[in-house]
Amino acid sequence: MASSQGSKKKPYGKVILFGIVVGALYTLLMTNQNVVNDYFTRGGAYAFLPIAAAFVLSFFHGNFTGNFWTLLGVEASKKKKEVR
Amino acid sequence: MHDIVASASNLIHLDVMNVTYLFIVGFVGGLVSGFIGSGGAFVLTPAMMSLGVPGLVAVASNMCHKFPKALVGSIKRAKYGQVDVKMGIIFGISAEAGVLYGAHIQESIKKAFGDAGSNLYVSAAFVVILAVVGGFVLRDALRTHKRGTSDEPETLTKISKWVQSVNIPGTMVYFKSLNARISVLFTIPLGIATGMLAATIAVGGFIGVPSMIYVLGAPSLMASATELVVAFVMGLGGSFKYAMSGLVDIRLTLIILGGSLFGIQLGAMGTTYVKPFMIKLVMGVIMVIVLFSRGLMIPVYLSKLGLIATLSDVTVKVLKNTSFGIMAAALFIGAFIILKAIWQGRREEKVLHATEALETTR
Repeated sequence: MASSQGSKKKPYGKVILFGIVVGALYTLLMTNQNVVNDYFTRGGAYAFLPIAAAFVLSFFHGNFTGNFWTLLGVEASKKKKEVR
Repeated sequence: MHDIVASASNLIHLDVMNVTYLFIVGFVGGLVSGFIGSGGAFVLTPAMMSLGVPGLVAVASNMCHKFPKALVGSIKRAKYGQVDVKMGIIFGISAEAGVLYGAHIQESIKKAFGDAGSNLYVSAAFVVILAVVGGFVLRDALRTHKRGTSDEPETLTKISKWVQSVNIPGTMVYFKSLNARISVLFTIPLGIATGMLAATIAVGGFIGVPSMIYVLGAPSLMASATELVVAFVMGLGGSFKYAMSGLVDIRLTLIILGGSLFGIQLGAMGTTYVKPFMIKLVMGVIMVIVLFSRGLMIPVYLSKLGLIATLSDVTVKVLKNTSFGIMAAALFIGAFIILKAIWQGRREEKVLHATEALETTR
């Protein structure tokens, strides 16, 4: 698989960029656990906080993990699959 | 409710071991969900509870990781042309109604029979549904494999042929996954049942995916991918409900999400390497193993309700631990089958590429 994509550029830049953002987000979360949980568990209108956090992380981490596997040469099959 | 809210903000201590444990379970759960569309998250609630997280906080934090995970998985699988967004949204909205109704039933049972009664109801639902649906799915997958017809296109069941032939004016909708117009009067009850199951045993997909395949006539790959859209719609609504009560421990949510997004990408890619019956096989195997896990807990709840002789503390502990162990094993066996299938698929493709390259140079 990996060899078949030899000519394809590996997404080093994206992995580094998204990796730094994801790392920063987790560091922020873990170093401010008390403040974060205080606000995020207040309920009511504060319900938007955990939902928004999940969306934000899924965007950056989703991109990071997708590119991470590509970098390792793990990609979807190149065969065109007939779904039915 | 206030006590529970207080317990959510009253943080459990997270050390490196706890974080690694949640990350790995999240990864395996994500891998399975990416592949069969659902079913990877049920072990996370007991896993969190084993760290001392209160039950409701564990359920809420688990649900809040499911919808972003399902979103990432469905986007990935949409790239492979496997997602029927319209079906997912219609199913998801009906499932949301099912979740509310299912939760209402749960509350009524809890009021009438207490915690043990509620747990007995959940375990009984697990055992009956997993035995019937899981047994059917597994039998179908094994039959396909034995007959050697796994390369042929999936055929419609009698019931799905009938569903696709019924015309109820004003309710007909075209679904890409079925390549047919069917009445939403069929999809809505199935969505509600999916939601009710999700509210009861936390995995709606064990009804959602088989019903899309066997009742509506969707191909396995599209049904499992579309279930991710259902899980997103259902999970988003459910997470809001829990977050409004301040029950989500975002640290737990984001740690599991950290692992599960690695897994879901891999599981989604895996579907492009396997034959459709593999989806049914993995789903059937997990369902049948989990059935035994929950079955073991039934005597515990029966004993608590005084319906059978009281079990000793040691017996209860052994049954609980064995049940959790079997549940985790179900997930890991599913993950193993998926990884093996990906490995084989990639190897076959490499051989094919090498042969083609050799023939071109001749």
